Amino acid sequence: MNDKTDDRVRDFSKPVYLDANATEPLRPLARVAMLEAADLTGNPSSVHHAGRQARAMLEEARNTVARRLGVAPLNCVFTSGGTEANVLAMHGLGQGRRFLVGRTEHDAVRKGVPDGADRAWLEVDSHGQVCLDLLDAALSAPGAPAFVCLMLANNETGVLHPIAEVARLCRQHGAHLHVDAVQAAGRMAVNVEELGADSLACSGHKMGGPKGAGALLLRGPAPRALAPVFEGGGQEQGRRGGTQPLPAIAGLAAALCDALDNPQDLLPLRNRLEQAAQAVGAVVCGAGVPRLCNTVSLALPGRRAQGQLMRLDLDGFCVSAGSACSSGKVAFSHVLDAMGLGELAGQAIRVSLPWNVREADVERFVQSYARMAAGAGLALAQ
Amino acid sequence: MAALYFDHAATTPCDPRVQAVLLRALAEENGNPHSTTHASGIRAARMVEQARAQVAALLGADEREIVFTSGATESNNLAIKGAARHLAVHGSPRRRVITVATEHKCVLQSVADLAGEGFEPVILPVNPLGQVEPDVLARALAQAPTAVVSIAAANNETGVLQDLATLGALVAQAGALLHTDLAQAAGKTALDLHTLPVALASISSHKLYGPKGAGALFVRRRPRVRLTPLFSGGGQERGLRSGTLPGFLLAGFGEACQIARTDMAHDGAHLAEVQAVFLARLGPQLPGCVVNAQEAARLPGIFSLRLPPDLRAAEVLAVMPGLEVSLGSACSSAELAPSYVLEAMGLSFEEAGRSLRLSPGRFTSTAEAERAADSLAQAALQVRATPPRRPMPAA
Repeated sequence: MNDKTDDRVRDFSKPVYLDANATEPLRPLARVAMLEAADLTGNPSSVHHAGRQARAMLEEARNTVARRLGVAPLNCVFTSGGTEANVLAMHGLGQGRRFLVGRTEHDAVRKGVPDGADRAWLEVDSHGQVCLDLLDAALSAPGAPAFVCLMLANNETGVLHPIAEVARLCRQHGAHLHVDAVQAAGRMAVNVEELGADSLACSGHKMGGPKGAGALLLRGPAPRALAPVFEGGGQEQGRRGGTQPLPAIAGLAAALCDALDNPQDLLPLRNRLEQAAQAVGAVVCGAGVPRLCNTVSLALPGRRAQGQLMRLDLDGFCVSAGSACSSGKVAFSHVLDAMGLGELAGQAIRVSLPWNVREADVERFVQSYARMAAGAGLALAQ
Repeated sequence: MAALYFDHAATTPCDPRVQAVLLRALAEENGNPHSTTHASGIRAARMVEQARAQVAALLGADEREIVFTSGATESNNLAIKGAARHLAVHGSPRRRVITVATEHKCVLQSVADLAGEGFEPVILPVNPLGQVEPDVLARALAQAPTAVVSIAAANNETGVLQDLATLGALVAQAGALLHTDLAQAAGKTALDLHTLPVALASISSHKLYGPKGAGALFVRRRPRVRLTPLFSGGGQERGLRSGTLPGFLLAGFGEACQIARTDMAHDGAHLAEVQAVFLARLGPQLPGCVVNAQEAARLPGIFSLRLPPDLRAAEVLAVMPGLEVSLGSACSSAELAPSYVLEAMGLSFEEAGRSLRLSPGRFTSTAEAERAADSLAQAALQVRATPPRRPMPAA
């Protein structure tokens, strides 16, 4: 919503980027932090001056991320990204537990359940929220204590699970609650302690930081041990091996601070976009329940998602059909399918507004979308 | 006076040419390289594929043989565990996993982890020059059906090179897979993975003047080597390594590989000169210093220096703030224990405790090498001049 930018110098040959949930544009403050970190030579594990400088910056970033997300610094484990953070929680803390995994989770979680582990799906309702009575029943079933995986905000629809309620049920049954907050962190208040999550994953590049860093946050005052996915020289308290990518981590911390200190109110723009799309026949998936302020899933009945994407790409808009990981492969959404939307699951696109979206971008999109919905011929961006 | 950085084996500074590419990539690349349905994602994907070609070219590999990871630690884990687990899952009776006593911690740890899964780890000794003797490997291979052998091309503390051609032929003969950790060797010594009998090879960006947070695993296609991934998810990197690829880091990594390829001969000659200048300057000031495994074939950029018998490396290090070196690998440097690598080569605990790792780099000048030698000699003399402290009375 950076309307102070001079519209006249805007380069209209560049596509309008509305795919923030795939990756957010880099925030300037994150870039500054990265460059500062890149100027330090040392390996954070070395004991000489250069190493200690790097270590100090690493620990500062750790303190920041931990404080902002509500855990003790020793319980912030840096990883290469959100996928690894999710997987680390499942492998490292889920041993001997039976997995209860939300139907609409990201592939990193759905497919990241350790091989051989007992796994059952948690169904969602037609709005995309987990059915609490089914969760309760699953938790009450006999067997090993459960490891529950439910995301805070869905990457395709933005739908929020009622995590506080989920956490209460998990506590009652002695279950571990792991929350994938990759889409939520930086876009809404996320506090591990207040949420009642036992572990929480986030990713740097989904909050406007660089790609290449993520974090796993663990609840509790005492450092929490976990079995690593891969070890090396004992970094991250033996929980994750490998030299820490300091610039990417410093960028993550700076992006999180910037996102929380300078929040963008994207809701009016999203609502504008949504209402305009609905007016030309689009169905908003997950409408009617709390959602992320930047995300909307728009289904156009009878129109294949792939065709819509190609059309919008030619018109100069970057949007997607589902998560980026699978976007090259299929345009059929497991998320919308789980919500019981039937054929619409192959007819929806995801529009996700980046932190620096401008009102004019949304207006252009709305016009282009309306033309597409009306089935008009190709109209190139001016 | 700025500190003299002689610890490039721990991590290298980003080459300015790499930094320029990084900055440009950061400015241009906004997309997720896996969002292949729109222009921004396609641009990012193109950047990743260019980097893949540059990494492949440095190693003499095909682009399709390069899997990107977060770094060499992850690559080593993926190679060793992934290959062993894949064989086991597909009913192979091969349970032995062989590595060497002087390997990096993350390799030793990967092998140790497999012990808990029913594999049989075997740690080979090295000769006094730090080399694996072919007949020692051959015997270990003959004793039991072996799944994977992991041997680093160059050691991270001594720079000692292994004879991968000879060792690899033995591994291939035994029907096992050879993995090699190239974290130190890649870009420093010429490697042609298509002629070497190597199945898997790990490489790190930040050890060759690229950014931290990127690495790669070479996975041979002919004959095809199959792996079980460490973790699953979005299925990126042909299912072998899930997670969004950091396009800009990989662009920097690719550029670093390209520079290493073109500058390798020049870098090598320069580092050999820096080492010679350092030793020539140090010798007269501090007689009795020895380079560990001096007679072995070694990388030009890493040498392990053993101080005269009356000096302990940790004490000299403590009074040498202007010169940044290490006692061993960075990962274990917090322990300040003598090096297990040197002890494996037959050095006594005391001899290992007298040794320092020095690793100058591409941008270290010969003048800096002289200053470094002076600084070390001065620190040694200072330690000698300090009367030994009385032991603290027992509490």
